[in-house]
This record gives sequence, C-alpha cells and structure tokens, in this order.
Amino acid sequence: MNELTFTLLRLAYLGLLWIFVLAVINVLRRDLYGTKITARRQRPVPAEAPASSRSARSTTTTPRRVLVVTEGPLKGTTLPLGNVSVVVGRAPDCALVVEDDYASSRHARIYPHQGGWYVEDLGSTNGTFVDGERLEGPQPLSLGTSVQIGQSVVELRK
Amino acid sequence: MATVEPTPVPAGRASEFGLLLISLVLGVSAYALVGLTVNDSLPGTFYRDCLALVAIAFVMHVVIRWRAPYADPVLLPVAITLNSIGLAMIFQINLVTDPQNSLASRQMVWTLISIAAACAVLIVLRDHRTLRRYTYVALLAGAILLILPLLPGIGVEINGARIWVRLGPASFQPAELAKIAFAMFCAGYLVTNRDTLALAGRKVLGLQLPRLRDFGPLLLALGISIAVLVLQRDLGTSLLFFGMFLGMLYIATERISWIIVGLGLFGVAAFAAVQAFSHVAARFNGWINAMDDSVYNAVGGSAQLVGGMFGMANGGLIGTGWGRGFPQLVPFSYSDFVVASLGEVLGLTGIIAILALYLIIIQRGFRIAVGTRDGFGKLLAGGLAFAFAWQCFVVIGGVTRVIPITGLTTPFLAYGGSSLLANWVIIALLLRISDNARRPHPLPLRRDSDHSEPEPVLEEAR
Repeated sequence: MNELTFTLLRLAYLGLLWIFVLAVINVLRRDLYGTKITARRQRPVPAEAPASSRSARSTTTTPRRVLVVTEGPLKGTTLPLGNVSVVVGRAPDCALVVEDDYASSRHARIYPHQGGWYVEDLGSTNGTFVDGERLEGPQPLSLGTSVQIGQSVVELRK
Repeated sequence: MATVEPTPVPAGRASEFGLLLISLVLGVSAYALVGLTVNDSLPGTFYRDCLALVAIAFVMHVVIRWRAPYADPVLLPVAITLNSIGLAMIFQINLVTDPQNSLASRQMVWTLISIAAACAVLIVLRDHRTLRRYTYVALLAGAILLILPLLPGIGVEINGARIWVRLGPASFQPAELAKIAFAMFCAGYLVTNRDTLALAGRKVLGLQLPRLRDFGPLLLALGISIAVLVLQRDLGTSLLFFGMFLGMLYIATERISWIIVGLGLFGVAAFAAVQAFSHVAARFNGWINAMDDSVYNAVGGSAQLVGGMFGMANGGLIGTGWGRGFPQLVPFSYSDFVVASLGEVLGLTGIIAILALYLIIIQRGFRIAVGTRDGFGKLLAGGLAFAFAWQCFVVIGGVTRVIPITGLTTPFLAYGGSSLLANWVIIALLLRISDNARRPHPLPLRRDSDHSEPEPVLEEAR
C-alpha cells in the first residue's frame, strides 16, 4: 500500500468515525422534544353526552364541580367531578394519585350525597384536615374549602 | 388552556439498523487496515472473523426487534463500534509482537460469547422488575463471586493481585460480574429504604445522618466487599464499588451529605492505602513525579505511564493510522493501556470520538433512568450508568495522568473476557429497562370500569 492511499484511508477512517458519532447524536436529537403542548379552545363536546344520560338515570343530580390541587407536587392539576365518588391516595387505582410519602395509599374519599359533596377520611395514617381540623367522620365540603391530604391541598371549585 | 402530553417516541429500530451498518463498516475496515498495513495482505482469518462479527451483531439486532422492540436504538451500535475498535487494536499489537499468541482470536471468541450472553439476558428477562425479587440473592451471589478468587485450587494470583479464577483453559475475573450483582442489590435495597435513609436520623453539623439500623445492611455489604478486595490487592475494583455505592445512594436520597461523608471516608481510605501498601505508594509517586529520571527507571516506576504518554504524543492530532506507530512498546498496551494505544493510532481526533461514544452510552443510561417509571429501574439504570462513567474516568484518567493509575479495565476496548461479558450484560440490562421506559403505555385500567370515572387532566395553571 503506497503512502498516499494509506494517508487517505487513515483520514477517511477518522471521518467515518465522526460521521458515526454525529449520526448517533442525530438519532438522539428527538429526545430533546419530550412533550407536545397543544392549546385547546374549549372542552371536547362528546364528553357531555354520556354525562347527561347518566345524570338522567341517577335519582339525585349534583352540580358540576372540579377538584383543584392548590398545594403539593401536583399543584395546578384539576379533576372534573362527575356523579361518582373519587378516592385520593397513593394507590395507582385512585382517581387522583398523589406521589407523596405522607399520604396513605387510599387516603380520603370525596363523594356526592343528596346534592352536595362530602369528604371522608379512609383511615389514613396522617389524617385528612379540613381548614386545619382533623376529620373524624364524613363532613360536607363547601366551595373553596381547603382539604389537606399529606403534603397536597385540594379544593372544590365550580 | 393547554394539554401537555409526551410525544410518541419512534421505536427507532430502523435507525438502529442504519447505525449498526456504519459501526460494522468501522469495525471491519479497522481490522482490514491493520492487516493491509502490517503484512500487505488481509489477515488470514479475515472473512471468517468478519462474518462472525456481522452475524452476531445482526442476531442481537433481531433479538431486540423480537423481545425489546422499543429499546434504545443507539446502545447496540455504539457498543459494537467500541468492541470492534478494541478488537482491531488488540489484533494490531498481537500481530506486531507475537503472532503465535492468539490474544486477538481469544478476544474474538469472548466477544461472541458476550454478545450471545446479552441476547440471552434479553430473551430470558422479560421485565427488569423481576430482578427486584432477588435483592438479597444478588448480595449473596456478589459476595460469593468476590470470595471465589481467594479459594485455594481455583483462585490464581497474577501480577500481585489475586482476582482471577481459573477453570480449565479459561480464566475469569469474577469481580466484574459482582459489580452487576452489587448494583442490583443496592437498587433493590435503596428503593425500599430510601425514605427512612433520607428522612429519619439525627442532624449533626447540618448533615443528616441516617439511623444505623437503616444503614447497617448497606454498610456491611460495602465493608465486606471492600475488605475482600483489599485482601485481594485489587484497589481499582474497590474504588469502583465505593464510587458506585456512593453514586446510587445519592441518586436514591438526594442528600448532598452523602457525597461529603463519602469523600471524607475516601480521603481517609486513600491516605491509609498509601501508608499501608507499598504498591499504592509507588503508584502515587509514579503519578506525581512521573517525569523524574529515578522514578522512570525504577522497577514498578512510571515507565509504563510515561511510555503511554509518549505514544499519545506520537499520535498527535490525527494519529499514525491503523497498523503504524509503536503501541506495543508499552507493557499491557492491549489491556490497561489500550486507550494510550488508540490515542497513538487514531490521534486526538479519534480518542475524542471514542470518549464521545462513552459519553453517549452514559447519557443514555441516565436518560433511561429518567424515563422509566419504577423506582427500582431508575436506580438500577442510574447506578449502572454511573458505574460505567466512573470506571471510564478512573481508567482513562489514570492513563492520561489526571489521577494515579489503578488496575481497572477500559469498558469494551481492553483485552479481557470477564470485563467484556459484564459490559455486554450491562448493555442488555439497559436495553431491557429502556424498552420498558419507551414502550407506550395504555392508561391504567380502573377496577370499577362500569361507571367511568373522569381521568385526571393535567392543565396549565391559570
């Protein structure tokens, strides 16, 4: 092999090595765009249809409410409430799953009863607090009252 | 209002295939160039070796498509590239010094065995979370692997370190596999106990110290492994274990106090090692006063380190090219000093590309840890990635005279079957965890699905 071929091959090898590194980085570039944010104008309409049919079936109707997390790791999360009870806790089958070391797996339940919403502690270790008072039994939940569950605070809103 | 949802990540199997082609071209052409430059002809077993390499690489690609279709697409091509560049380097040194002693073909066999083992891990292990059940089994296995070289009959002492096991024709360094077992134990133990480790306990001088009953088992495991390693005179591996332990503890608890306490302990241990072991003191002196004439000429002095640096200087910016240069002049240029040899042959341009490839493996490891959903997988991937990074730093830092030399192997590049096997198993574990992390999950099914509860909606704070 003459010197010219050798030099060309030597440089070509280094070039190919860097092409490989850059090709790998090019594949990884997608990783930078991990989430997609889509702006929404309004809530999707089809969600209303089954809700209305269900409320027609049930005997008592409860006003539409949302549960808003105002403190804690999930701050800003909202949970539209339907006509069924929601359980808050660490267990993955809860409607609102809190990643919180101070919350129990099934911590508290928020449920509709006779046209209003009630909150009830499900035997949690650290207790559920409504306006700073520890819950002993089911208690009616009015709008804007803060309910502390572990490190999170949730609130009922219109 | 806006909704935030993760972008569907393409599985990337086609990208993996494309990158794999480039990496095989890199490996095969390096092998051919060494033969053509040194002997003016292709190596005798060129077609057989290349066919075996290409075949095993595609077998692994097919296994990934079959058993881990959403796995990370760059790990396999990068590992194949590093492995085949290492093979070519070992082949060159072997060809120039002693063509009869078939280091390169033994390394080739180990490559095939290791990739086959990685495939087996991917096939057998369907979900990395099953490994969590074997937390204490892993501790026991790690301890047995560490003690094996001390047993008479199978343990062998080579170059003053009793870290080898010889069974028939094959010799093996069990500490490499013990590293994986230890990472499994740490991940399994820390994921159950990290809350008590991080929160319970007294504060001393602003540092949160854990309770002894939470921390005891970990300290015992670490103490035993380090004691065994010191008895075997393998300080590099004990440094690796210590660093990995500290890194995983930090990932699990986020307590900066661990780093401070750990570095303090490390300082004491390093000082004691320099005082107690003459070979450590010699290494330290050979690092500080490497260019001193008396140190250079001393037995066990800095001749090897400085020789490696001369080699890298000879390589310069673009290297001497495959088949040229004199990497064989440095003792152990095919194992401990393979980075210096590559620095001579490929130059600064090539060595930085190799470091970039290491960086990519490490970054993928941490990215997989971020992406996976379960705590055990996060700790295992993070711990393995940190151990890989720490090993690269310790060995390449030693060769380039950033820190004193310790006897650790350069992942994928250096000669040595056990190291190669352990690193391929690590790649297989990372692929398995990344398959789990990148697989699109359906939303978890509710138990009472008949009256559909509303899904939690993540909305932009108004």
